[in-house]
Amino acid sequence: MTLTTLAFYLFATVSVASAFMVISARNPVYSVLFLILTFFNSAGLFVLMGAEFLAMILVVVYVGAVAVLFLFVVMMLDIDFAELNEGFLQYMPIGATIGLILLLELLLIFGASTQLVSQSALPQATPEGMTNAEAIGRVLYTDYIYYFQAAGAVLLVAMIGAIVLTLVKSENPRRQSIAAQNARRREDGVELVDIEPGQGL
Amino acid sequence: MLANVTLLLPELVLFIGAMGLLMVGAFATTDATRVIEYGAISLLIIAAIASWLKGDAYPQLAFGGAFIVDAFSAFMKTLTYLATAVVIVMARGFMQNENLARFEVPVLMILAAVGMGMMISANDLIALYMGIELQSLALYVLAAIKRDSLRATEAGLKYFVLGALSSGMLLYGASLIYGFSGSTNFAGIAESFTAEDGILPLAQVVGMVFLLAGLAFKISAVPFHMWTPDVYEGAPTPMTAFFAAAPKLAGMAVFLRVVISAFPDALAAWQQIIIFISVASMVLGSFAAIGQTNIKRLMAYSSIGHMGFALVGLAAGSQDGVAAVILYITLYGIMTLGAFACILSMRRDSGMVEQIKNLAGLSQVRPFMALCLAILMFSLAGIPPLAGFFGKLFVFHAAIEAGLYVLCVLGVLSSVVGAYYYLRIVKIMYLDPPTDEANDPMPRELSIIAGILAGICLLFFVYPAPLIDLAAGASQALIAMPAPEALLTGLFGPTDFR
Repeated sequence: MTLTTLAFYLFATVSVASAFMVISARNPVYSVLFLILTFFNSAGLFVLMGAEFLAMILVVVYVGAVAVLFLFVVMMLDIDFAELNEGFLQYMPIGATIGLILLLELLLIFGASTQLVSQSALPQATPEGMTNAEAIGRVLYTDYIYYFQAAGAVLLVAMIGAIVLTLVKSENPRRQSIAAQNARRREDGVELVDIEPGQGL
Repeated sequence: MLANVTLLLPELVLFIGAMGLLMVGAFATTDATRVIEYGAISLLIIAAIASWLKGDAYPQLAFGGAFIVDAFSAFMKTLTYLATAVVIVMARGFMQNENLARFEVPVLMILAAVGMGMMISANDLIALYMGIELQSLALYVLAAIKRDSLRATEAGLKYFVLGALSSGMLLYGASLIYGFSGSTNFAGIAESFTAEDGILPLAQVVGMVFLLAGLAFKISAVPFHMWTPDVYEGAPTPMTAFFAAAPKLAGMAVFLRVVISAFPDALAAWQQIIIFISVASMVLGSFAAIGQTNIKRLMAYSSIGHMGFALVGLAAGSQDGVAAVILYITLYGIMTLGAFACILSMRRDSGMVEQIKNLAGLSQVRPFMALCLAILMFSLAGIPPLAGFFGKLFVFHAAIEAGLYVLCVLGVLSSVVGAYYYLRIVKIMYLDPPTDEANDPMPRELSIIAGILAGICLLFFVYPAPLIDLAAGASQALIAMPAPEALLTGLFGPTDFR
């Protein structure tokens, strides 16, 4: 039993266990935190497969953006999750059926893939002497520069759109004015008052 | 590398210019909307001239075959950019009056125009999708720009959800085609998509159907038209004018290019699809518009019908047919923009009106506006000797040449039905008594635009040769000229580790 195998079983076990906890945890905030744990362990599995670029993307995109967004939504919206869970048993049969179908499909794919592997050599995921982040970088900024920049343009439009449709310009925004802060002297803000003993102000 | 960039010049000018204008708008201390509108108009005119000058007869490829520049793309891009510029001019007064004048609007319109340019020049499935998304995303925002109006936000949301659905269909089709042909490039797809013993590969046909469904949505052809009336009615009127003109030009251009250059050997397969959506669009566009009372909704159905007529030419599948489609869509753009210039002038003391009955007796109050709108309506109905008639003449001629008699008969019949609602508007303007409240005078820029466009429709028959020649040249570039061998080696020679 090598170290790699050990690492695989560790990541796989934690990943499955935390995925189970995502759906069974009572508190939705815990669910999201378990989801993050699942993502981290799946990223570990990707690293073991030699797909370190995917692993990085998984952590950056799913943990960094999606899971944090979930967490915000869960904490900001006052949803009664106990109420949502009420119909759980009612939907159990259909859920179980779908799960069974998925399991059968997985088994089919597994059976087919073992045969395919024996017939032909798998294409190499990573080119010789190069990490796959480097390999993607080599084509992304050369052959695919047009698509890459176009994707950037799409994101720019999405950003402008989100701002245009939601930003409300307030009448008198209270912005920080550093010049005004620096120009303010002690005399402007502090006043010394002599108070007679026994008197109020 | 430099050759790639020079081919992309019009889009680069627009995109970098849009980012510059955005910075001006964001950091300007006073309201810079006016300046940005003028900047946007001049950028679009520069881009139109630049793309016009790029229109060499022989196709040129950039970015490993993803981007193509030929006479067809040059012609369609020039039209699209000019249409966008005209809409920005038309929108100014309306946006000011309705308190919607924001500097982001012209910027988003430029970015949408960049997307349209990318669509028109797309020679690859990924480039096609990127262009469509850039265009659509900007249009969704523009539809909902009047964000405190329930109907405008509903229009934006509907457009977004249905647009996302259609993008999904398009991508599903694209993935099937890529999976079975091993190439995203149109030339590569055409190479593998050939009939064996008279039978086309089934998976690719299924992929093609999904791809065409996604594209039909973008030009609002039946049965993918459901969003059109609601979006056109709910969006602010200048934005409706934009939706009805520029994206339709780009959408039709991309439809032509995909069908002609990616599926040349599958003519029998796509011809049936085109014939069906063409007949369905013509019939629905004619009958559904009859009961409309809102003129923007009426224009939506009119637009659906006109897409059907344009597709009649494509169904012929010949070079003449494609030339007829290009001519038709050009004239459609001119007529629609003119009609919207008049609709944008339907203002009274109490505000904008958009009911057809508000036009009653317009000929006595505002004779020039009534005259322009009447000419444009006659032209949209296809009555000789106006421009719209010649558009229909050429598409039906191409279809007759190809032996599609039933299609032509159905087309002419629905054109007759459609004439009813166009002529009804003329009747209401000229024969009905005026209502109490009079229409405000036409704003100057709108009367100039409406006058010029109506004049083009009226006098097209005097000297139609230049436009017909241009359409013929563009169609020749698309059909007869084989694209040069795709530079599959990429920008810097073959990538070393492949």
